[in-house]
This record gives sequence, structure tokens and C-alpha cells, in this order.
Amino acid sequence: MSAPASIGVPARKREGVFLQRLKGGDPVAHAIAWLAAASVLLLTVLLVAELWSQSATARHAFGFGFLWSTDWDPNARKFGALPFIYGTLVTSALALLISVPLGVGAAVFLSELARPKVSVVLTFLVELLAAVPSVIFGLLAIFTLVPLVRDVIGPALDKISDVFPFFAGPAYGVGLLTAGIILAVMTFPFVISISREALLAVPREQREAALSLGATKWEATWDAVIPFARLGILGSIFLSLARALGETMAVTMVIGNDPKIASSLLAPGYTIASVIANEFTEATGDLHLSSLILLLLALFLITIVINAGARLLILATTRQGSAK
Amino acid sequence: MSAAPESRVRSAIPAQTLPQAVDGGQADSRPIKLKATGIDFFYGAFQALHDVSIDFFENRITALIGPSGCGKSTFIRNLNRINETIRGARCEGEILLDGENIRDIDVTQLRRRVGMVFQRPNPFPKSIFDNVAYGVKVNGLARGKRAIEEKVENSLRRAALWDEVNDKLHKSAYALSGGQQQRLCIARALAVDPHVLLLDEPCSALDPIATGKIEDLLFTLKDQCTMVIVTHNMQQAARVSDYTGFFLLGKLIEFNKTGVIFRTPAQKETEDYITGRFG
Amino acid sequence: MSVRLIRRKIVNAVMLALTGLCTLITASTLLVILGYLVFNGASSIDWNFFTRLPLSPGETGGGMANAIVGSFQILFLAAALGIPLGVAAGIYLAEFSPNSVFSFFVRYTADLLNGVPSIVVGIVAWSVVVVPMKRFSALSGGLALAMMLIPITVRTTEQFLKDVPVSMREGALALGASRWRAVATVVVPAASAGILTGVILGVARIAGETAPLLFTALNNQFWAKGWREPIASLPVMIYTHAISPYEDWHRQAWAAGLVLLALVLFANIAARFILSRGTHAQRG
Repeated sequence: MSAPASIGVPARKREGVFLQRLKGGDPVAHAIAWLAAASVLLLTVLLVAELWSQSATARHAFGFGFLWSTDWDPNARKFGALPFIYGTLVTSALALLISVPLGVGAAVFLSELARPKVSVVLTFLVELLAAVPSVIFGLLAIFTLVPLVRDVIGPALDKISDVFPFFAGPAYGVGLLTAGIILAVMTFPFVISISREALLAVPREQREAALSLGATKWEATWDAVIPFARLGILGSIFLSLARALGETMAVTMVIGNDPKIASSLLAPGYTIASVIANEFTEATGDLHLSSLILLLLALFLITIVINAGARLLILATTRQGSAK
Repeated sequence: MSAAPESRVRSAIPAQTLPQAVDGGQADSRPIKLKATGIDFFYGAFQALHDVSIDFFENRITALIGPSGCGKSTFIRNLNRINETIRGARCEGEILLDGENIRDIDVTQLRRRVGMVFQRPNPFPKSIFDNVAYGVKVNGLARGKRAIEEKVENSLRRAALWDEVNDKLHKSAYALSGGQQQRLCIARALAVDPHVLLLDEPCSALDPIATGKIEDLLFTLKDQCTMVIVTHNMQQAARVSDYTGFFLLGKLIEFNKTGVIFRTPAQKETEDYITGRFG
Repeated sequence: MSVRLIRRKIVNAVMLALTGLCTLITASTLLVILGYLVFNGASSIDWNFFTRLPLSPGETGGGMANAIVGSFQILFLAAALGIPLGVAAGIYLAEFSPNSVFSFFVRYTADLLNGVPSIVVGIVAWSVVVVPMKRFSALSGGLALAMMLIPITVRTTEQFLKDVPVSMREGALALGASRWRAVATVVVPAASAGILTGVILGVARIAGETAPLLFTALNNQFWAKGWREPIASLPVMIYTHAISPYEDWHRQAWAAGLVLLALVLFANIAARFILSRGTHAQRG
């Protein structure tokens, strides 16, 4: 990039180069663009700084014990994060359990097996699904998924609860399972689009090598394409996990808002993001508010770690792809 | 368009520059292994090939030459129908393998019979052994560990790679040099016992020494299969092939015994190309 | 055909069908969502919905005029703040200093902001605007959404600028244009369709954001009297109406959901249209 810049300069006379450049607006434009770029850094620093300083009260009051304390009772000024961490992890895990097989399958279909025209149309629909706002998923979930879980899925699962104890108990409709399902629907598009990118990054020669040996389309996909793309697919799972962990609105609307650690997936629960959405503006006192911000800090740290991991994996695949 | 390959032109060519088979006079009597007639090929609306017809003789090496973008690679990619995997690609015309239309052959079986080696070495990210064994396993050509091992060893020997890799069969194929990787790809293709081997500029990514090894290899493989090699390197075509076809702008300009093409080409365009007047 | 070959063909067909089914399930979700919203919401969309204020629970009728206008106000603020900053930062990354350590950090933090849950991002607007002003406000809502828009805009701008061939830049520089002139008159226009697409997609994405507004813009049953007042927005309105126990509010939530989704999908489709037109034009 710096090469073109040096091409332009020697073409002019030495004297007055600086003046000309000033007239051309270079330093000014450079400074403005730099400021804009710096603002991105500033915002991030601000984000971390605020999370840190605003959570100070709670950090000093509870220390690391905050993370494994199970009590959350604002009236008694008791604040523990474990029920929320539990709810967040369980709903996200459920979501991935559903969305990863379906999403990776769909990505394979769209990038490898489908006819191009079919693929174009379906990819478009999937991309639009990614654009649907969270609150709309929540709206639909309240009025369709919640009754469905309460009246059909819940009772059905309760019948097999002897074998699977985590399906025991009455179904309220709202709860961990419902939140997991809606999260699964919301993470589909991410699993699909990122897995699809990983698959498309596999060099054409790999597919052709397998096909030219007499492999069927599926065999070429399974033996040559997927192994090549597996890091990228893993990355897509991580990214979707980060999404699911931080997803707020749809979950808040169907989770049941109960800060306890329930053994049944049909029971109500709570997640980090949803307790913040519910209690932040109504926090009773500084310690409550500070505890909520400490929860935010925890969520922030978890998601950046997962995101960083995902990006490394995706980078590794694209590098691998372009190196060959 | 194609000059009759049977035409006898031996006298015009000094013997030492010619592959022996042609000299022997048997070449002409070999049956036609692969016959392409009137091939038109389109990428979407763009026509990449115009009415190309070539006969490929059994156990002969046919070289396709021409400037880049002339359609020679596109052409051979139709012979195993690998072009069908490209979006918007359409091929018209008839290709017969042993007299049978390749569209009537199951595509996986066709590709087993017509193997391919690509421009850049493209081993799978697996071990050397697994690379060669892949086609054997997927097509079920050998049962049992022992049989597969034999097949792999045999293929690596045929590709003149065995001595270099027999002590590291379970190392990654990516640990090999570029030339070794390309011979591995040849071994992989040979493992499924193809009748025809398509080579799409197999040496373009290799240094001269590795190139020489591959060329030697092609000679030794001649009695085992029919080969079609696409190359932008005219010396290579002259060295290894029995027949040569010259492509220009999607058309087959001239097809004849290699000696004829390089000594007494019939077409002005061919002469310009081989004497380096353009390209 | 051998038995083995037949078996392989069957596996191939079964996997095609299975993965196709996965895709169909996913893709049809969108149609189900759209169908449900139209079914439940279309009948409630009338003139009142766009012109009246929400009524108290128990009364029937009313509309979401303030939420619609409020959403546009917040988006306007976010766009006015976020787009210039984002585009300028993207230009810096792609044109002025693509390989510096500083750019690496900017890029890295932009990606980080992109991946951070929106509810976390809202905290900055809360502590920078809401806490000092001691009140929730449209201003803080706009800032919260701008913070989400900036990283999206930065990365798409950079990406599309990078796709502009080097020869174009060199052409302009060879004619004696300054670096800045080359960027402004040649490179950015060449990437304009892409940047515009990225910006539209970004705005469409923040248009549906609810979480960061909950503790910045809050909500308002009436018209906001200024930028320093709490303000209503469609997403927050949908949320509060949907979780309320009132039948008539549910009806309004469906209508609002339909309007919001229609706007977002329209923006997405329009963006893709612009992009495909833009790239065709470039190819000639």
C-alpha cells in the first residue's frame, strides 16, 4: 500500500512538496481518518474501563466468590452469579446442540450438494433470517413456542423423564428448553453462513481430486472438503456460541426469570443478559447495580475469549486454503 | 478441421527427435480409446470451445498445446466430465470412451476409468498412504488391509515414488516436495487403474528437475494407459508426446503426429506459435 | 452396477436429502415468521397505528406513532454519528495505513466490538450519557446504537475499499493526484456501492436492537419533548407490549413486529440489490 504513495511524490519537484500536499489536503485528511480510527479504539477502552470501574463496588464486596455464589436476592443485598451463569450455559449448549447439526448440514447442502440455482435462493432466505431482530423472535416465541412447550413438548418429554431426568417436572412453557430452542433458531444463520464460508474457502482442486478418483459428490464432500474446512466449521460453532451467550431479548421473553439452578430443562431459569435487561433500570441501590455490571463484565470476558478463539480458527482455515 | 492423424509423414522427421512408437509404425494401428466429436463448450454465455474433434489412440501420449486461455484445459476437463461441477458450464458434442458415450456411463465409474492429474499438486491433507489408498477404498477395489497396502505400494512404484517415501508412508503428504507431491497425485490416480490419464499442465508448478522426473514417468506409464497431457511448454510436448493438437482461441487448429506438428505444420497459426512468433 | 456402487449412490442421495432437509427447515423458518406476523399483525395495522399514541392498558385502539418516529430519531442520531466515523476509520485502515500496529489494533477492537453482545455495548452509553445527565434520553440511545454501527461500518468499508484494484489508485496517483484526492475521487467512488450496502445492512441491524436501548433510551408512552428525554422505539415497544398481560397490547405488538420486520427485510433486500447492480456496473 505504501508503494503507490511513493510513486506519486517523486514525480513532483522537491520544493513545495509539503505545501502542495497541504493544498491537496493529505495531512488533514490523514488526521481526520486517524481520529476516526482512534475513536474505535477509544470506544473499546471506554467499554472496558466502564465495566471495570462501575463494577468496583460488587467486586470489592464479593471477590471471586461472586461467580459461584448461588443466592440472588436484591432485598437481602445478596448477589451471586451462578444461577445466571448456569442458565446462560445451559440455554446456549441446548441451542448449539440443535443448531450445529442442522446448520452444518445446511451449509454442506448449500455450498457442495445443491444445484446452484437452488442454493442461491435458499442462501438468500437464510441470510434474511439472520437479519430478523431478536425481539421478533421473542414475540413469536411467547405466542407460539411457549404454548407448544407447555401443552405438547413438555408433557411428551415428561413421559420419558424416567430415562432422561432432566426432562422431569411440570412444563410452564417458559424455561430453559424454550429459550434453548429459540436460541437455536437464532443461531442457525450464523452457523450456516460461517460454515459455508469455510467450505467455500476449500480449494476447488481438493474437490476435483476426489471426484476425479471416482468419488460421489457426497464422498468428495465428506472425505476431502469437510476435513479441509473443519477448523473453520469449528470456528463457526464458537462464533455462534458467543452469539447465543450474549443474546438478550428473545431469551428474556421466554426464560421464566427465576434465579435458581433447576435440574429440569422444563423449569424456568435466568441468564446473565436477561437479568440485566430486567433489573438494570430498576436496580435497588448501588450494590445491586454494581453486581449487574459485574455480570456484564463476566459476559464480556467470556464472549471475547470465545470470539478470539473462533477468529483464530477461521483465520487458520483461510490461510490453509490460500496457501495451497 | 483436424488433419487425418493416419497420414504418413515419417520421412520428414529425423528419427532421434521422435518418440519411438511412431517410428515403429504401430501407432496408426492402435485402436481409438477416446473419441471426441464436435465439442462446443460454454461458460454461461461465453463459448470457450468451438467444434473440437480429436481421436486419442490407445497407449499413446497426446499433447495439447496452445497459448494460455486457448481452451486446452477446458477441453480435457470434459473428458472426465469434471467440468460439470463448474457453475454455468455446458458441454455439447459427443465423447466416446471405448465406443461408449461418456454421458451414458455412470459419472463415478467414468472418472475411475479416466483419471486426472491437476495443474498444481493437490494431495489431500492426509498421510501419503491414505492419499494413494483413497481411490482404492472409495471404489472398493481392494479388500482387506494387506490388499490395500499392496495396491498402494504398487501404485507408488509405478509413479517412481516408492523408494523416496517407503519409510514415511504415514507422514503428511504436505511434507513432500512439490515434485514429489505431483508424483504422489499421479500415484493416487494410478491406484484406481485408469485406462486413460488426463494431465492438466502437470509440471507448470515444478522446477526443471522435477519436471524431468515426471516426463520420464510418463514414458514408463505408456504401456499401461492412454495419456492426454495439456502443456504450455512446447519442448515438453515435443519430448513426450506421440500426437499433438494445437489450440487457439477455443478452436483446434491442427492435430497430427508430434513430429509433423513441430517440423512441417500445415497451418500458418501453428507455425507462428511453435516458432515463437506469438503467444 | 455393482452392489457397492448402488450402495454408494444411495448414501449420496440420502445425504443430499438430509442436508437439503436441514436447509429447508432453516430457510422455511423465515417464511413461518413472516407468515405469522402477517397473520397476526396485518389486521391491526391501520391509520391509527401510524398516527396515534399508545393508550393505557384496558383501552382499545391507539397506535405507535411515537415509537415509529422515535425509532427513526434514534437511528438518525446513530447514523449521523456512526457512519461518518465508521467510513473515515475504514478509509484509514484500507488507504492510509493498512499495515501499522495501530491499524491492527483498530481492526482487532472493531471485530471485538462486533462480537460483544449488544447489551454489553449499551453500558458505555449508559455511563457516559445517562449517569452524568441523571436521566434516560434519546441521546444515549443514539450513542448506544452508534457504537454498534461503527465497527460494522469500519469493517465493511475497509473490505470494499480493499477490493478496489491497486491499478486504479496508481492511475490516479500517476496523474499527480494527492493521496487524499485519489482516495476521494477514485477509490471511494469505485467502492461506493459496496460501502452503501454495508451501511444499509448495518443500519438495518441496529434498527431491530432492543437490549442496549433498555437502559439508555428507555421507553416513553408519549412524544419525547427533545433529545434529552426518554424516547419510545419500535423494538422496545414490541418487548413491553409482548410481555404485558393485555390482549389489545399483544395485538399492537404483532402489528409493530410486522412493521419492524418489513422495514428490516426491505432494507436488506434493497442493500443486496444495490450491491448486485454496483458490481455489474463495475464489470461493465
